[in-house]
Amino acid sequence: MPTTNSLYGRRLPGYAIATAIVLTAAIGLAFFYAPIEADQGFSQKIFYIHVPLSIVTLGGFVFGGIFAVQYLRSGESRHDLRSYTAIHQGLVFCTGALITGSIWGKAAWGQWWVWDEPTLVSFLIVFLLYCTYQPLRFSIEDPERQARYAAVFAVVAGIFVPLNFLAVRLASPLIHPRVFSNSGDSLPGDMRIAFYTALVGIALLFITICKYEMSSKHSRAQLAALRRSISGEGNEPAPARSAAPRIAVK
Amino acid sequence: MSATRPPSTLSATHAVLYKELTLERRAPQTLTAMALFCASVFVIFHFALDRNEIEGALAAGVLWVTLTLAALLGIGRSFVADREEGGLDGFLLAPAPRTALLIAKATTLLIFLLIVGFFAALIFSVLLLGPTPNATQWASLALLILLADLGIALVGTLIAGIAIQTRARDLITSILALPLLIPLLIAVTKASEPLLSVGGGTLAGRWLALLGLYDLIFGLLAYALFDYLVED
Repeated sequence: MPTTNSLYGRRLPGYAIATAIVLTAAIGLAFFYAPIEADQGFSQKIFYIHVPLSIVTLGGFVFGGIFAVQYLRSGESRHDLRSYTAIHQGLVFCTGALITGSIWGKAAWGQWWVWDEPTLVSFLIVFLLYCTYQPLRFSIEDPERQARYAAVFAVVAGIFVPLNFLAVRLASPLIHPRVFSNSGDSLPGDMRIAFYTALVGIALLFITICKYEMSSKHSRAQLAALRRSISGEGNEPAPARSAAPRIAVK
Repeated sequence: MSATRPPSTLSATHAVLYKELTLERRAPQTLTAMALFCASVFVIFHFALDRNEIEGALAAGVLWVTLTLAALLGIGRSFVADREEGGLDGFLLAPAPRTALLIAKATTLLIFLLIVGFFAALIFSVLLLGPTPNATQWASLALLILLADLGIALVGTLIAGIAIQTRARDLITSILALPLLIPLLIAVTKASEPLLSVGGGTLAGRWLALLGLYDLIFGLLAYALFDYLVED
């Protein structure tokens, strides 16, 4: 099995501090700098969390697919771990995007769920598809085969996302408030600054959590390896059912 | 002694396809189960909706939900015999291109889906459908069944290849296939709706284009990724 011995936690404190600073700035800008939207009032403020969460979710799924391609090409387990983490955290952020979207829908249109809204419906379908990633991994015992099949899934799902958005959009009337018009940016300047700051903040949060998860998994694998060497159990970890990639340490 | 040449993709595909169809002809399982399933679901819909006749969007929904669920039965059975009887190991030991297995399995599934699709459309028109489609509408519906079944066969073969190696095969097949088939179902139900409406209607080009795009994308994906599913 290929070994993974890189230090995932190397830049973690720097990312964590940057995330805290940018997210605090984004909250400050959203609540105290950006103007109150004329139609929707204060409830529109959820836009500064909902839209960045949605964009970062899609980015996470796309990177999950790219890392999966890298795994299929190279067979290196670190790419599988990256793909797994990106999709795992993407799913968490997708849940956040669905919940905030639902709250926004209740505030803007008086309903928790609106089927006419193509972006929200597309997210639900994408969420349902990516929810199968963990059960799929969990149902394959052999770690190498698990990684390979999960990578195939990640590539298929990554390509599926834009096709799904196209199909749902063709089938639905447009009522979702468009952040950017087809001809260009439609946000007023003050809102734009707050929005981009929130986007960078949420993206940094995503990267930090992903790095934390990879670092945590790697540390646990190292600790388990040390315990095995002390107790003389050998290098190979005992077989165990898990959806997470198995990390081999030197 | 002359070295024997490995079989070409075409001849290997032909051999596997012949095996699949012979198996189904000698011991019919999948096709009959799918057809019976469709008839039973139409009866269930009659009682569940409490309607003798349906048309338009409801008719399109009932027809395609039934066909999709029937397709899941076919997808679930696609690699079972090969896995349990060692056929997959035999194929991997042979110097045949693995793409042949993909093409043969997808073609087999497509043939099954087409037979069941046309059978289901026929009994649906007798049991539940209110309006009587004319010849042009039947031809349009046949084109839709062909395009949709091609997409289901491609996605289904890919999913069946993944699911066969898992412990919870039946569960994985259903939960993976249904979300992946949603764009196809959106296109095919929207396209079928005017064909099954009172007064009739014509086929919209954009849904045909979407179905074609779906088939093309998943055809390329299945071709590119299938080898990784049958490495061992």
